[in-house]
Amino acid sequence: MRRLTSVTCLLALAALALLGGCGEPQFSDAEKKTIASMALSTLPSLKPDTTNRYADAPAAAALGSTLFFDVGMSRDGTVSCSTCHKIDRQFQDDLPQAVGVGHTNRRTMPLAGVARNPWFFWDGRRDSLWAQALTPLENPLEQAGNRAAFAHYIEKRFGERYERIFGPLPNLSTVPANASPLGTDAEKAAWNVMAAAQQDDVNRVYANIGKAIAAFERSIEPQQTRFDRFAIDLATGAKPEGDAAFSPEEILGLKLFIGKANCVTCHNGPRFTDNAFHNTGVPPVEGLPPDRGRVDAAAQVEADPFNCLGKFRDGDDSACRELRFMVKDGPQIMRAYKTPSLRGAADRPPYMHAGQFSTLEEVVAHYSKAPPSVEGVSEVHPLDLSDRERAALVAFLKTLSD
Amino acid sequence: MASIWRYILAGLGLAALLVGIVAVVYLRLPHSVSGPDLSRSKKTSNGLFVASFEPERGVVRQGELQSWLLTLKTAAGAPVEGAAITVSGGMPQHDHGLPTSPQATDYLGEGRYRIDGVKFTMGGWWQLHFAISAAAGSDTVVFNIVL
Repeated sequence: MRRLTSVTCLLALAALALLGGCGEPQFSDAEKKTIASMALSTLPSLKPDTTNRYADAPAAAALGSTLFFDVGMSRDGTVSCSTCHKIDRQFQDDLPQAVGVGHTNRRTMPLAGVARNPWFFWDGRRDSLWAQALTPLENPLEQAGNRAAFAHYIEKRFGERYERIFGPLPNLSTVPANASPLGTDAEKAAWNVMAAAQQDDVNRVYANIGKAIAAFERSIEPQQTRFDRFAIDLATGAKPEGDAAFSPEEILGLKLFIGKANCVTCHNGPRFTDNAFHNTGVPPVEGLPPDRGRVDAAAQVEADPFNCLGKFRDGDDSACRELRFMVKDGPQIMRAYKTPSLRGAADRPPYMHAGQFSTLEEVVAHYSKAPPSVEGVSEVHPLDLSDRERAALVAFLKTLSD
Repeated sequence: MASIWRYILAGLGLAALLVGIVAVVYLRLPHSVSGPDLSRSKKTSNGLFVASFEPERGVVRQGELQSWLLTLKTAAGAPVEGAAITVSGGMPQHDHGLPTSPQATDYLGEGRYRIDGVKFTMGGWWQLHFAISAAAGSDTVVFNIVL
């Protein structure tokens, strides 16, 4: 009797195995195609930046790297780009909100692949890497400097290097020590009495500082990870060996990522981002100033004198189509933030635009629950993932870091 | 006693096999999903124009800012000149609009208008709505694009 029962069980199991397995491949052709599209090997080579004619000039990149790490590039001589963009930490700082001269309201973004972005900052309030680099320099909470002081500093410290790249410096002898259209009241007053030609001279030096820093940042690119090795093997039909082999949990996570969990809808392509802005219902942080994301940034980038349509751009305005055709208002960009790349994300908590979540588990739980947005409408819908599914997604995300 | 069990066992095995075969056949059947109308050329809603919409460089690339061509002809086949065109759209299944604001930027002759600034940031079903005003009157047309 007992023997018969166990034989029955065995047969039933065999039938189940037949049903479940049935010689089916691990991934469908459609899944394979999606996975291949996310492999780093499909990342095209970096396009030239025609708005910055020094973008690929080695001397400009060298000066840019000097400036990037130079704490002299700040009001009080204590903050550089690298204060928040730490070279040994994926060029970010592990803090929920960046701390420069003061405490900001946004999470520092990592820099791998940054030159490929059409928009910069979480809200896209700048439209080129060189225009981005200028913004923290004058932000009172970041480097807190002013463009007149930066121009004088460049002349004093790096005059020769600057002139070898950008040509002769303008005569800065009558430029006030501190002046900027964005600074303190005194700095604004000093700026406003400068002749337009002199303002132009200072702006030109200032723009070139951004162009040098951007030239350096173009060299910071994402690195291959376990996921990429797995994806290449899957695409070529080779059996993934060693660390390229995924555990059943990682495979489940990958299937969810490109399937039921819909992550790949926005986190697509080899950089795991669609470079667009979305409201995903991420809650605001208590105590921080109101933050409406993209809806306010669109006006800021349009007003930026260093934007693509401004006079400091090199090349022609055919490079400015992102700015020209951007969505300027409407409910869909209320509290919308840029889709961040997920490469290396597992090694750099906390997450979201103001460090709202301290672990990947919290991030995945947020998307599974999909709470409504405090303002505007969240684009994500509840997934009700099981504990096992959420853990599998986290396991997969870690393969983008190893 | 033993023979009854044997029959039950055989019955179970057969049933499992049958279920398996049915499931496999079902899963492999091409599911005919009635998707959106994907034609790239159609009459506008009120039949005033015949509109065609094609990517200018022939291929649709996800994530790239592209220009498309909207060609407008009258029902009689004459090119529509001097049309004012506004573009909107989005993803009906995601309740969101377009990630960019495409515009009619150039008239290329023979009823062809360049629609620049088109970008599809994700896979799925997209819609582009055109409101067209010309001498013959105003009409609208919707094109579906599935990536």
